[in-house]
Amino acid sequence: MALTGILLIGFLYLHMIGNLKIFFGAEAFDHYAAWLRTIGTPLLPHEWYLWIQRGVLTVAVVGHIVAATILARRARQARPVKYAHRPKVQGSYAARTMRWGGVIVLLFVIYHILDLTTGTLNPNGVHLEAYKNVSTDFAPGRWYVTLFYTLSIVAVGFHMRHGIWSALRTLGQQSPRGEVIARATALVLSWVLVLGFLVVPFAVLVGLVD
Amino acid sequence: MDIQVRVWRQENRSDNGRMVTYDVKDISPDASFLEMLDVLNEKLILDGDDPVAFDHDCREGICGACSMVIDGVAHGPEKATTTCQLHMRHFKNGDVIDVEPWRAAAFPVIKDLVVDRSAFDAIIAAGGYITAPTGAAPEAHATPVPKKDADLAFEAATCIGCGACVAACPNGSAMLFTAAKVAHLGLMPQGQPERDTRVLDMLQAQDDAGFGGCTNMGECTQVCPKGIPLTLIGRLNADYRKAVRKKL
Repeated sequence: MALTGILLIGFLYLHMIGNLKIFFGAEAFDHYAAWLRTIGTPLLPHEWYLWIQRGVLTVAVVGHIVAATILARRARQARPVKYAHRPKVQGSYAARTMRWGGVIVLLFVIYHILDLTTGTLNPNGVHLEAYKNVSTDFAPGRWYVTLFYTLSIVAVGFHMRHGIWSALRTLGQQSPRGEVIARATALVLSWVLVLGFLVVPFAVLVGLVD
Repeated sequence: MDIQVRVWRQENRSDNGRMVTYDVKDISPDASFLEMLDVLNEKLILDGDDPVAFDHDCREGICGACSMVIDGVAHGPEKATTTCQLHMRHFKNGDVIDVEPWRAAAFPVIKDLVVDRSAFDAIIAAGGYITAPTGAAPEAHATPVPKKDADLAFEAATCIGCGACVAACPNGSAMLFTAAKVAHLGLMPQGQPERDTRVLDMLQAQDDAGFGGCTNMGECTQVCPKGIPLTLIGRLNADYRKAVRKKL
């Protein structure tokens, strides 16, 4: 869980930083989208790096889900008879919603690929017209897309808040001072990621990007 | 004070069990939770009923025998307190209190509130000891131990093995217990030779016993009557990582 999770967070950060190029204008953003396909050239043929990255990410996502499924199944087997009286778990909201939150994030990722990678569900949906694809996607008339995107990104943020802290603990974080640092790191990294992702659709919504 | 208790009644291991409601009257607020159950049991015996079976021994919070989930919280509402040290003054007159046994596949119910905690013995037997000649206590200055390590080892060693961590864990994991035992011995010079095999074997025994996996929810440390810190789980994970690497 920890290793695949850290890999996925690393990708999310690069993705978020790349998204911010939209504020440099249509040309810069579309050029960035095209450039992604040239990473590794001429050592690798055109787009090969992109496909390698997609392969690695898919393996990480599958590994993450397999590990989560094993843990959930073991948890169910470990308590066959439920408590008659069980108050809400005292842990954080983020920790309590890891499993269903993860399912929501997975559904969002599937939608997101169909929307902005393949363009199938995108109103523009033209390959390499990244700027136009984004600006038509989050147009004010499609407020429900923006709403779903916002809720999904917030779900990612919650997932990361417990995930980062938990991953550090799994990898051996053990001092009380380190625990405070780990919690703060998880909180800051989650907030920065959520804000970095959300600034794009809201910029489209208020007309900053059109 | 007068209260009602809803207690889990289960004849034996194979019985399905059910919650049964009893009135308990004229309880002193200074009575412990177990003394309240004693009063209930005396009445049940006089009425010709079967008394409620529950584990107890020292009744001073150090043996780890008492084990009940009170209103959904292992050892009840008071922090860092075993059930035997929980007093009725923390409840109100007229309260309805739910009392259930530890719920875990690895802790099967024997009768009513008594569960079989042999799974913890299996974890200890897998490596929770030091293979060394025993005899008289050695001279205290013979093996110096840094104060910091001694303090943390002592904190880990305060674990009384009651099983509240398992009862509270949403995953039914025994990680806090195992972590406390691994840390306690792993911090001492005497524990070093078997440090790697200890963590590997104890975790294997934990998995074999049918406990769930840890997802760092932190419920365990909230209910632990000895306040064993969650950081020890990180220590166990670090020990595990090093042991696996050396084995490869």
